[in-house]
Amino acid sequence: MLAYLIRRIGQALLVMGVMATIVFFGLYTVGNPVDLLINPEDDLAAQEAAMARLGLDKPIHVQFGYFLAGLVQGDLGTSFVHNRPAIDLILSRLPATLELAFLAMALAVLIGVPLGMYAGLRPNAPASKAIMAASVVGFSTPNFWQGLMLIMLFAVFWGVLPAGGRGDTVDVLGIPLSFLTLDGLSHLILPALNLAIYKMSLVIRLARAGTAEVALQDYVKYARARGLSPVRVVGVHVLKNILIPVVTVLGLETGNVIAFAVVTETVFAWPGIGKLLIDSIGLLDRPVVVAYLMLTVFLFVMINLVVDIAYSVLDPRVRIRGGGK
Amino acid sequence: MTAPVLSVRGLRTDFATRAGRLTAVDGVSFDVGPGEVLGLVGESGSGKTITGFSILGLIDPPGEIVAGEVVLNGQNLRGLPEDAMRRLRGDRIAMIFQDPMMTLNPVLRIDTQLIETIRAHRDVGREAARQMAEAALAQVGIPSPAERLRAYPHELSGGMRQRVVIAAALMLEPDLIIADEPTTALDVTIQSQILYEMQRLMAERNTALIWITHDLTVVAGLAHRVAVMYAGRIVEMGAVDDLLDRPAHPYTHGLIHSIPSATPRGERLQPVRGMTPSLLNLPEGCAFAPRCPRADAACKTRPEERRIGDGRLVRCHHPLESGA
Repeated sequence: MLAYLIRRIGQALLVMGVMATIVFFGLYTVGNPVDLLINPEDDLAAQEAAMARLGLDKPIHVQFGYFLAGLVQGDLGTSFVHNRPAIDLILSRLPATLELAFLAMALAVLIGVPLGMYAGLRPNAPASKAIMAASVVGFSTPNFWQGLMLIMLFAVFWGVLPAGGRGDTVDVLGIPLSFLTLDGLSHLILPALNLAIYKMSLVIRLARAGTAEVALQDYVKYARARGLSPVRVVGVHVLKNILIPVVTVLGLETGNVIAFAVVTETVFAWPGIGKLLIDSIGLLDRPVVVAYLMLTVFLFVMINLVVDIAYSVLDPRVRIRGGGK
Repeated sequence: MTAPVLSVRGLRTDFATRAGRLTAVDGVSFDVGPGEVLGLVGESGSGKTITGFSILGLIDPPGEIVAGEVVLNGQNLRGLPEDAMRRLRGDRIAMIFQDPMMTLNPVLRIDTQLIETIRAHRDVGREAARQMAEAALAQVGIPSPAERLRAYPHELSGGMRQRVVIAAALMLEPDLIIADEPTTALDVTIQSQILYEMQRLMAERNTALIWITHDLTVVAGLAHRVAVMYAGRIVEMGAVDDLLDRPAHPYTHGLIHSIPSATPRGERLQPVRGMTPSLLNLPEGCAFAPRCPRADAACKTRPEERRIGDGRLVRCHHPLESGA
């Protein structure tokens, strides 16, 4: 187990390193941030002073050297635009996005799994057909459009929920959280739902396919032949056997939701890191982009690790081994 | 004869398929007394497994039990509400499935599966249930049962798993056990061990047992009475030795003579020619007629059950005389 963890973290570091290098040089070729950052009215001396302050007067490989030197000291650089350490900037926005992402994933699972199982157990019921039709709409219409429709229905027509922003927050251990206040929660619901719709549709289809298959297995009939209650048969014997594909997809999607909730955050003016990334790319704010993507890689690797551990909990036949594949 | 534990009368189970309605179990009647072992013999598709599930009330759509009675200890189970039926399953009637590799849920530990069964039927605590489960495992000859309880099914061999399933069936001391080819998937040595255990346990507890199989040699060693099924109907029934020595139905005769050991060395085996008919397209009258050497015009009408001697029934227009 320890060897396994070390190997996984090693992989993560390698990917982060490669990624940082590519993004660093990639952004350099896109354009010179100085053009966006300095005031063209300034005289040449002021412009050069600004460039020197940001380290942009040096050749790119020297800049990269400084970046690496900073990296080993745990310094991911300072934002060109905000003049704050990139990592601080990201971490200040991260709670908003995490909150959104986790609520969205929870909605996707808590609604998607039961609906999918129902559709799998009663494939011919009208309700099942409605569920499946809705799930097709759920992942075949564009996310931003779904968001706009949600705003139109809930905020404009019915006026029950706010259209955007984050609402009141409460600080818990210095981290501002929305879901603990009524106002914050009402701001959180629509974006979370918007983000959840696609995953929910996916979970519904996975759960239905899994349930339809598992329901025919001998062990399910045997569980019934032992006189177990339907709740126990479906809620334990079937559920535990369909969760592996669901967990796999959730793992991948959780990473996606955290890293790339950009569309939803834009539609709902949610102050998360997705919006920060888009703004930073627009301004060629290299330290922020690099730090952001490194954090994303780290998150993905960690989520995959959790997924692998979840497998071994769900299915005893899956064992985590240290060496080899 | 004492009152039967289970009495099945005119049981009929249909399946509505795309190609039409088929009758998988057609007017099946039999009794099983306490401590008695009834061998239910037939080829694949003869309806023997569906008969077992019909008794348990575990027929799922598109299948449906359309007629007949299933009387357990004087109580008719047909028309019993699902919840009452559920309480009987696993408690009064237990079932052992064919393939031990597929029967136990692969992601749940043995103890979880045994304890949940006990607690579905008895108002006992988790610890008491665990002790019952452990005792049950010990009883079917599983070494170090406490350790086996903590194992997952894939950590046990096929024979061991089948013992677990048998233990689960016996645990609540049911009145009736339906065993659906429980030894078919096992090695012969394990098979004989399991048969021996079953025989011993049935005799000890006076439990009625329906042993569903296609293997007449197993039946010969285990059952008291045999019912032979063909295309959803019981074609012959009687005491095991009598029936095996003097089969009256040509199909039973054919089955017995398909077994290599029943034929002297060097002589040709006499297989039953042809295939089991599709249930969707049964011949009129006697379903076996197209494969039967004795068939004639009379076989175009459906043969009724005939009593031939002590407890022997046969459904044939031209039964073989004794010792054919």
